[in-house]
Amino acid sequence: MGDSQYSFSLTTFSPSGKLVQIEHALTAVGSGQTSLGIKAANGVVIATEKKLPSILVDETSVRDISSLFFHKSQPFSCLLFRCHFLILFFFLNYLWQVQKIQILTPNIGVVYSGMGPDFRVLVRKSRKQAEQYHRLYKEPIPVTQLVRETAAVMQEFTQSGGVRPFGVSLLVAGYDDKGPQLYQVDPSGSYFSWKASAMGKNVSNAKTFLEKRYTDDMELDDAVHTAILTLKEGFEGQISGKNIEIGIIGADKKFRVLTSAEIDDYLAEVE
Amino acid sequence: MSIFEYNGSALIAMVGKNCFAIASDRRLGVQLQTIATDFQRIYKFHDRLFMGLSGLATDAQTLYQRLVFRHKLYQLREERDMKPETFASLVSALLYEKRFGPYFCQPVIAGLSDENKPFICTMDSIGAKELAKDFVVAGTASESLYGACEAVFKPDMEPEELFETVSQALLSSVDRDCLSGWGGHIYVVTPTEIKERILKGRMD
Repeated sequence: MGDSQYSFSLTTFSPSGKLVQIEHALTAVGSGQTSLGIKAANGVVIATEKKLPSILVDETSVRDISSLFFHKSQPFSCLLFRCHFLILFFFLNYLWQVQKIQILTPNIGVVYSGMGPDFRVLVRKSRKQAEQYHRLYKEPIPVTQLVRETAAVMQEFTQSGGVRPFGVSLLVAGYDDKGPQLYQVDPSGSYFSWKASAMGKNVSNAKTFLEKRYTDDMELDDAVHTAILTLKEGFEGQISGKNIEIGIIGADKKFRVLTSAEIDDYLAEVE
Repeated sequence: MSIFEYNGSALIAMVGKNCFAIASDRRLGVQLQTIATDFQRIYKFHDRLFMGLSGLATDAQTLYQRLVFRHKLYQLREERDMKPETFASLVSALLYEKRFGPYFCQPVIAGLSDENKPFICTMDSIGAKELAKDFVVAGTASESLYGACEAVFKPDMEPEELFETVSQALLSSVDRDCLSGWGGHIYVVTPTEIKERILKGRMD
């Protein structure tokens, strides 16, 4: 096709007005594992498949580390916030195994579809930006601002020399003064706010399912059930707490990843 | 003569009941000569955020211009006004950036935070914040101002009473300071209105 002549250089538009590399990046996203997010009236849930490529993969390295950070009623003073956040950084860098859902700030989490290594880079940059904002204003960064800055990073890589776009789409879930929010960020750097969205392999079926099931006044628990059902739709094999990951944030403004035991409980409710 | 006493200034911010007052003198001098008697030291960033800058006038003006720039960009990006606490953190960060070549200013920040609670703070020229619950003062007349404010302050004053109190404290203190005076400029801010008044005191 005529476009292929223009796919050698990222910074060149094709005659049809597309940047072919970005199209290819979206294809990379489309062949990644399914992930989805749902915004409820009192929170947001994001979820993803976490299928291990073979039974030889060491499962214990793929454990969720949320149990280390589940602080119950922690006083939210400035200093504690900083300590908490820095400890988070340290632990996450040390213990990063294969957890797909990551925390960006105590009240913002993110999941991806596409290339894991690219995701790691974006998470690192976003966390740094969030922390810089906090250092300047002593305020947690609003979700929109963080999404915008992350999207700006992704756009940079579509207009610079010698780099390629990120092969991930992100779903950012957060809860701030404006309430629960869910954003999708694409490799091109465009971002959208969604009530519910899906990305990755099974995207069209998942989106149709979500369109049917979504209601504006959904509660967080209903949203988790809907998320599980949506993942189940396109799931090959037996779904369990070990091969999906779910992250939620409620009105307490604390993002956390559910343990596999909690996921199994939700699964039992869904049956 | 210290660089902070080159131009002369006096600033007070005081907390009342769901309101605050911020007042300054009006003299601009070059050491002992008076250059202007209508110099503006207090700036409004938005309806619920005011800042006064004491110290070297050129630094005060430049710092104000930089802050207006940052605040306008913030308003455009975040589509909301800056909270006074956030603004205070921003000023502190900006001042510390120049730690080894500072702005010779002492800012006084006063605003109404989200639940209409008044917020005041001051900081030194390199950004050390001092939050206070009652009043903050700055300028060449600051020692007199501390004494005067301490003597007349009462918690939970209504706007009119607050105005009287701040005016008395300001005028009596600048009368004891040769570098500040020539009247007073006072804003009393409530959630619904901003009252700006010019005081006439000893014109020297």
